[in-house]
Amino acid sequence: MTPPSSAARSTTLKEGLNAGWPICLGYLPIGMAFGVLAQKAGLTPLQIGLMSTMVFAGSAQFIAVSMIAGGASALAIITTTFVVNLRHVLMSSALAVYLRAAHRGLLALYAYGVTDESFAVNLPRFNARTWSLPKALVVNHAANLTWFISTVAGGIGGRFIPERALGIDYALIAMFICLLIYQIRKLIHLLTAVVAGLTAVGLALMIPGNTYIVLASIAAATVGVIIQRTMMKRNPNHD
Amino acid sequence: MTDYLLLLLGMGLVTYLPRWLPLHYLSRRSLPEWFIQWLELIPAAILSALLLPALTLDGNPKYLDLLRPEFWVALPTFAFAWWTRSLGGTVVVGMLLFWLAEKVDPQWFAWMG
Repeated sequence: MTPPSSAARSTTLKEGLNAGWPICLGYLPIGMAFGVLAQKAGLTPLQIGLMSTMVFAGSAQFIAVSMIAGGASALAIITTTFVVNLRHVLMSSALAVYLRAAHRGLLALYAYGVTDESFAVNLPRFNARTWSLPKALVVNHAANLTWFISTVAGGIGGRFIPERALGIDYALIAMFICLLIYQIRKLIHLLTAVVAGLTAVGLALMIPGNTYIVLASIAAATVGVIIQRTMMKRNPNHD
Repeated sequence: MTDYLLLLLGMGLVTYLPRWLPLHYLSRRSLPEWFIQWLELIPAAILSALLLPALTLDGNPKYLDLLRPEFWVALPTFAFAWWTRSLGGTVVVGMLLFWLAEKVDPQWFAWMG
């Protein structure tokens, strides 16, 4: 196998950054907000940067910092982190379908950057067969780098940045809205999304924490598969 | 600092393993048909399960609030995403509408009763 040419490399980089920039834009305000909170909880910029590198998990980092501020034990913080990030099992499982025969070392590196955001950006591209593991790695690491820089910057000087500038707090929500639209390819996807959304809202109102994400997703996908298979049995020619 | 590093090591491990184990094992096995169908529905399910509560719920403990700008700005943003299929455009339009929505003073609508 010949090594990729520099032209191929720059295409990979360009396409990866083209796909990943909305994540980076969205991470800026959230990362800085995290840095400010972490600094208030007594963490130094070095400690903030280490957490953003060794853990790299947005919501889990927010929760961990509030637990550190509240004097929680390390075991309690680690257990909570585990529960909060369990949803990534579902995302990595869904990604695995498209990563057959991928290099194991690259997969291990790719796993490090599987977040809600990179999953949502990479998966539809894998699904459309327009994507490769190197391009997905560019997305993941651009996001990771932005997260690192913005959290550390927030820890150093975040107090001086005006809040809610230019609606940037809405960047990630708007990105998820469009990525959800991309996923609605057939009626069954719409049905699954509606069931998942309503179940998630209902569960979130009843149970504390964020387990509602995993529970609602599993329930909705299961309902979706049952409906799909029942329809296929009844009308085998219809997709 | 040692305690802190051990904490990060633990947090990092329990974050990394759920991300890595399914990729490592599932990418090498042949999966049953129903499971592939199930996994194919997971993205739509999980994105919706992340998004809808973020749009409609507020506070801690959470309560339903359909008057939040997050929710009603989402409606034109959804429409824009549906018609244009443009990710960058949707992000910019969503931010702009949200920025405008935050400028709206509820007092302006007081005459409506």
